[in-house]
Amino acid sequence: MNALLHQIFSGLAMGGVYAILALALVMIYQATQLVNFAQGEMAMFSTYIAWELVDSGMPYWAAFALTIALSFIGGMAIERLVIRPFANAPVLTIVIVFIGLLLIFNSVAGWRYSYTIKTFDSPFPGRPWFGNKYMSAHESGAILVTFAVLALVYAFFRFTPLGLAMRAAAQNPVSSRLVGIRVGRMLAIGWGLAAAIGAVAGMMAAPVVYLDPNMMSGILLYAFAGAVLGGIDNPWGAALGGFMVGVFENLAGAYVVGPEIKLSVALVIIVGVLVVRPSGLFGRTLVTRV
Amino acid sequence: MAALLETRGLKAFYGPVQVLHGLDISVEEGGITALLGANGAGKTTALRALCAMIPSQGAIHFGGAAMKARRTEDIVRLGIAHVPDGRGTFVDLTVEENLRLGAYARSDRSAVAGDFARVYGYFPRLEERRRQQAGTLSGGEQQMLAISRALMLRPRLLLLDEPSFGLAPIIVKDIFRILRAINREDRVSMLIVEQNANLALDLADHAFLIETGRVAIGGPAEAIKSDDSVRRSYLGY
Amino acid sequence: MESAIEKPSAIRVAPIEAAAPQRWRALAFGLFGVVALGLPFVASGYHLFQFSQVLIYAIALLGLNLLTGYNGQISLGHGAFYAIGGYASAILINKFGVPYGATIPVAGLVCFGAGFLFGLPALRLGGLYLALATFALAVATPQLLNFKGFDAWTGGSQGLQLGKPHAPLGLPLTPDQWLYFLCLAVAALMFWAAINLVRGRVGRAIVAIRDHPIAAETMGVNISFTKAMCFGISALYAGVAGALGSIVVGFVSPDSFGLFLSLSFLVGIVVGGLASISGVLFGALFIEFVPNYSDQLSDLFGESAKALPGAIYGALLIGLMYVAPTGVAGAIRTATALLTRLSQRTKRG
Repeated sequence: MNALLHQIFSGLAMGGVYAILALALVMIYQATQLVNFAQGEMAMFSTYIAWELVDSGMPYWAAFALTIALSFIGGMAIERLVIRPFANAPVLTIVIVFIGLLLIFNSVAGWRYSYTIKTFDSPFPGRPWFGNKYMSAHESGAILVTFAVLALVYAFFRFTPLGLAMRAAAQNPVSSRLVGIRVGRMLAIGWGLAAAIGAVAGMMAAPVVYLDPNMMSGILLYAFAGAVLGGIDNPWGAALGGFMVGVFENLAGAYVVGPEIKLSVALVIIVGVLVVRPSGLFGRTLVTRV
Repeated sequence: MAALLETRGLKAFYGPVQVLHGLDISVEEGGITALLGANGAGKTTALRALCAMIPSQGAIHFGGAAMKARRTEDIVRLGIAHVPDGRGTFVDLTVEENLRLGAYARSDRSAVAGDFARVYGYFPRLEERRRQQAGTLSGGEQQMLAISRALMLRPRLLLLDEPSFGLAPIIVKDIFRILRAINREDRVSMLIVEQNANLALDLADHAFLIETGRVAIGGPAEAIKSDDSVRRSYLGY
Repeated sequence: MESAIEKPSAIRVAPIEAAAPQRWRALAFGLFGVVALGLPFVASGYHLFQFSQVLIYAIALLGLNLLTGYNGQISLGHGAFYAIGGYASAILINKFGVPYGATIPVAGLVCFGAGFLFGLPALRLGGLYLALATFALAVATPQLLNFKGFDAWTGGSQGLQLGKPHAPLGLPLTPDQWLYFLCLAVAALMFWAAINLVRGRVGRAIVAIRDHPIAAETMGVNISFTKAMCFGISALYAGVAGALGSIVVGFVSPDSFGLFLSLSFLVGIVVGGLASISGVLFGALFIEFVPNYSDQLSDLFGESAKALPGAIYGALLIGLMYVAPTGVAGAIRTATALLTRLSQRTKRG
């Protein structure tokens, strides 16, 4: 029983990482109808920046905050410089551009930080909190951080004027312009926000999976699975999907398929959901107008 | 009275197709102007061109000065609110959120609360439904919401595209009565595109009849209404 | 003729019919034939091996181009089918003693089946979801190949060793030369098949599905079947390529079949030109030699030069999409068209 609970809780901890990344993916999807294949590599790169800051002597939480800020700016810059020129291009073109971004981030990280695996210390060191036997200190901390991020993002979109404007711009750009919303700017901010929370995901994952340029491709896959499971156009469904995938992956790895082919679980989830119920658990059914 | 809005030689294009071939229309300060004409004449196109939703050429003067703004978002900030055909409501947001967005471009945040009250005064049904999702409102209520959202801007000029479209006659009467009240009490000038010429001519001071992208006839609404030959050949009644 | 500088608002892909005048094409083809046939007697063992690899990649790219360029379906996971073909062939040779030549069509058929089955549910999804699903396939594949449970067949993380075949019938060719000719023959066959497919009714149906799916359906094209067939055929090509790859390299292991391989294929068809058969060769040359040169550079610049291929690929993908969506083949086509027009004008003038 203990082992099962431990698996569930550590599944929730990684699930939090997937949930945050899934949220980032859905945020961009809602605004652009596109899935950012480079989201994982961007998060990885942000994590390396955090590592570099800490390595140079900055205290962890200061580095954490600075990394988030830099990632936000970086995300905005990418939208403006790389994505904006392709605003009206067909889907295939933009997917190719995303793959290009993926490759660039991966190789720049490899060039700058080398491919040797690095350790990334958790900000939550030491003994498990409250002496509990199911979660390590890092896992407890990661879950807390995840909930904090999700809560902040929710509050931002629900209660602030800018959040309202961004929601409007994603849903109906034409009407948004008619009330004076600068839709392009909203898009850039959306990308910045997605990059920022992606950075948090990376920083929470790195103590567990270790830091190397290829650390995020598997995590991105799980995030995709979570987003697809929850509903690619429903941010909170996607976040919930991320948690579910985390737990499910852990349980499947421990009791069913073994830990070495856990990624195929994600593959099965993705293909399965897309075949059986493409809108996911909480998304809207897709209708094509003929 | 000086014209609040004036266009000279307005041309507009959908891609390579030219739809407006030199339109000369105007709206007086505090007045209501109607744009009439058959389907495809270019009435909706004129409104879209004014808001830079489609590319256009020609002179547009607003508030006495040449309009330099090139983008919809900036034109809105000049005080022009557009109620598009199809209402353009944010269907997934609540009524209240829709109205709040109407005031997005304003810099005087403190006055916005008062405008909520004013708008609810014109359309009490919106207040009842203010936490409801806008997409669940009836057609008439959505039109009221669209007009109210535009009013939240405190616009100088209100552009309305086919406000009567798809609505029951009794609702339409109601809405037009309120439009007249808005024009009188809040001194909002209006440019209305309408297929229902009778209704529009009752409301408007001035009217332009558009045919294939050009003004065929323009004049005081009373004159056009009382001219039998014009009514029969152009307006069909 | 379309300009090579396209605004990024549309990928204008080449029409199926020959775009350059017959004379040029015949000349180019003849030149190519001479080079291809003469290569084994000029190039050294390792270089010849590289050119064999180019031919192998060309076959795989042909398959992917058929799916993505002509049929408009995005696949980010064709490395997986390449792997399936490679492993199918290796297992047959290593565990069952099947003659290597016979394993090639078998690998192709196995992959056709796998591709058709993957394509059937996948066709319900729009382009983006298919990209997602195939991306998942690409990322999950190395783990599956490494899986200890399949060790008995796949050799696990160690992979499988195959011998290098000698030329048959006592022909006076080194193994490298023989393998090169084998690849050339298979490639020629696959290209011939692709050209016929694309020029025929099926080819038109395939392109119609890409450009106007709803109209195609109303005209009687069976969209489901055609799309699944297309996926199957493209997987077949990748499988044949993979099988040849195993034979030529003499060895398979999970490490060579990761995400980067699938993405390299994508780069290959983009560089060569989407929906261009001749462009596939440029793409294959590119993805074989660029990582190779980067490896050589790493001797000079240290390990960080390992990152170079990825950076070049990434920058090229974005740059090409912006500047020349029709790739190298498109650029050449435009150049020849320009030259033709110029020469006609001077004749008239």
